[in-house]
Amino acid sequence: MTYARDVAALARKDLLLELRARETLPAMLLFVLATLVAFRFALPADASERASVGLLWVAILFTALLGITRAFIPEREQHVLDGLVLAPVDRSAIWLGKVVATLAFLAAAEVVALPAFGLFFEQVTWSTVAAVALADVGICAVGAILAAMAAAGRARELLFPVLFLPLSVPILVGGVGAAVGDDPARYLAFLALYDGVFAILAWASFEYVVTE
Amino acid sequence: MSSGEKYLAAVYLVVLATVLVYVAIISAKLARLEREVTELAERARERRG
Amino acid sequence: MAVAAAVVLVTGVALALLWAPEDADQGPSQRIFYLHVPIALTAYACFGWGAWKALRLLWTGDQRYDLESYTAVHMGTIFGTLTLVTGSIWARTSWGVWWSWGERQLVLFLILFLFYAAYFMLRFSLPDGPGRARISAVYALFGVVLIPISFLAIRLAENFIHPVVFTRDGPQMSGDMFFTFCVSLAGMLLLAGTLYLNELAGKRLDLRLRDLRESLELG
Repeated sequence: MTYARDVAALARKDLLLELRARETLPAMLLFVLATLVAFRFALPADASERASVGLLWVAILFTALLGITRAFIPEREQHVLDGLVLAPVDRSAIWLGKVVATLAFLAAAEVVALPAFGLFFEQVTWSTVAAVALADVGICAVGAILAAMAAAGRARELLFPVLFLPLSVPILVGGVGAAVGDDPARYLAFLALYDGVFAILAWASFEYVVTE
Repeated sequence: MSSGEKYLAAVYLVVLATVLVYVAIISAKLARLEREVTELAERARERRG
Repeated sequence: MAVAAAVVLVTGVALALLWAPEDADQGPSQRIFYLHVPIALTAYACFGWGAWKALRLLWTGDQRYDLESYTAVHMGTIFGTLTLVTGSIWARTSWGVWWSWGERQLVLFLILFLFYAAYFMLRFSLPDGPGRARISAVYALFGVVLIPISFLAIRLAENFIHPVVFTRDGPQMSGDMFFTFCVSLAGMLLLAGTLYLNELAGKRLDLRLRDLRESLELG
């Protein structure tokens, strides 16, 4: 139970910091809206409605990139991570806390993005909502560990998208497939598989990323 | 030569060229390592002398 | 090993070009198969080997696995790039385009190419030391998990991106063809092994020289 308490404490720390500084979330909200508006003009008038679903997914992915990129940079810069690693918490709890916090940001951005998409483009189906929820877990699970890796290097903000995008291709396939495919359940199951596999891998390997 | 044969030859050439480029890179590296060894040996000798 | 690689590779090429029966449908271009597929499988083997060494590194903490894992990924990237090029030529001969999103292996190798290119960026951006070794190792492990997941994703994506209109293994391979293929594969694996050992020796030498230089300058 201490594990759950540690995770909750770490996640709460990030959320409280965000509430005080208000840096990430407003940027994510504005970014996702601006992206959707920009995409409206990227689509020719006679483009199929199905194409817009793809744009929604690209917008979600890029918004997540924006939010997660900075997740570990304050930790590295202010040497919070060194303290956390020394603290008597399981290191994977640091990862899980970060996943919960970024998941909250991403979900908040999507609460705005999905209705906006419905307003600007077309109605969002339930299978898309389910796919978004499943994809968020995968995005944050993979994103949190990759952000920790990228924050250790010199290039940081530049490095994270390069690391993340090849790993996000399966998420795009699952998300777009759930919206336009004949059998959404298959794609949702695939997203759940992705979440499970990468969450276990990230959970098990995170301690090696932060140990100095 | 039919077009199929041409493409077949192209594939073999590409693979061969890659291996050759790799050999060239490795030999350049070897030359550099040799130069460094000479230089270090020189320095070690100076120090002793 | 180098001699064995040379002998088996040359035998494989000779068998593929001179001995294997000509494919009735595709003609001579079918012989690209004996080069393209072994190279692709060798690339997988290299990535797998790199991940195995990465796992050993995390397990034992022995730093020498870092260089071995890095070298294996390096080799895998070279063979992966070759797979992309030869696969592209194959796509041109088989259906007249240089790139086809319907060709699963090619799409998978494109994703892997991007992934492992990022591996090098990550490695070069991290400061030297055990931290870099561990982070690279974790990323290499993500790679071998990404291979099957991406393969599954590409199969699923075909339903809405590109309908499959052609399959590679239409007619079954005859025994002679399969034998030729196995010899080619063995040759390619031996080549990769030889290059891996050479590259590893070169990288080790490089590091030891750097150590030597530092100790000379300090002492």
